[in-house]
Amino acid sequence: MDILLFLGITLVSLVLITLLRREYKEYAVLLSAVVGAAIMLRLVGRLAELITAFTYLAEKAQIDSDYLSTIFKVMGVAYLAGFGGQICRDADENALALKLELAGKIIILFMAVPVMVAILEIVLRIF
Amino acid sequence: MMPEVDLIFKIAGVGVLILLLNILFKQAGKDEYAYILTLVGVVVVFIVAIQMIQRFFQEVRAVFGL
Repeated sequence: MDILLFLGITLVSLVLITLLRREYKEYAVLLSAVVGAAIMLRLVGRLAELITAFTYLAEKAQIDSDYLSTIFKVMGVAYLAGFGGQICRDADENALALKLELAGKIIILFMAVPVMVAILEIVLRIF
Repeated sequence: MMPEVDLIFKIAGVGVLILLLNILFKQAGKDEYAYILTLVGVVVVFIVAIQMIQRFFQEVRAVFGL
């Protein structure tokens, strides 16, 4: 993987952001969001291969596929909430960041409930 | 990877350009134009940024199945 590519882009963008932050804070926020999106766009492409590998292994181990898809959904929500939260913190908007992360947690909780119910049913069936 | 990097430089270029033009406007004494120019700059950069972020969100949605 080309870590040097990411490092180069980050450093260049860092200089540009600090140049713009002095006069216009809003440009710095937008630019940091775009750089984050650009780097993650490339990384998420790689992540797709990892996910197909995991699903293949899960099928081999006869794990139920919708549990696995829930796990990936939860990972996605957590990652996106973190992404937005960090950008808000960069712009010194901690209150906004906390609200976004709270929303992420609640969504994840909603996704986790069916899995919990399924586990409970299995456990109760044993006794 | 190249289109993303071009986008980053485009946004930074717009920002620096707006910065320079504002200084010129301030010296020429037309402050209201300077402020309007800042708003126009923000809108342009916003549009460009939104396109990039939208591509990123679509990619994440596709990968994680959200």
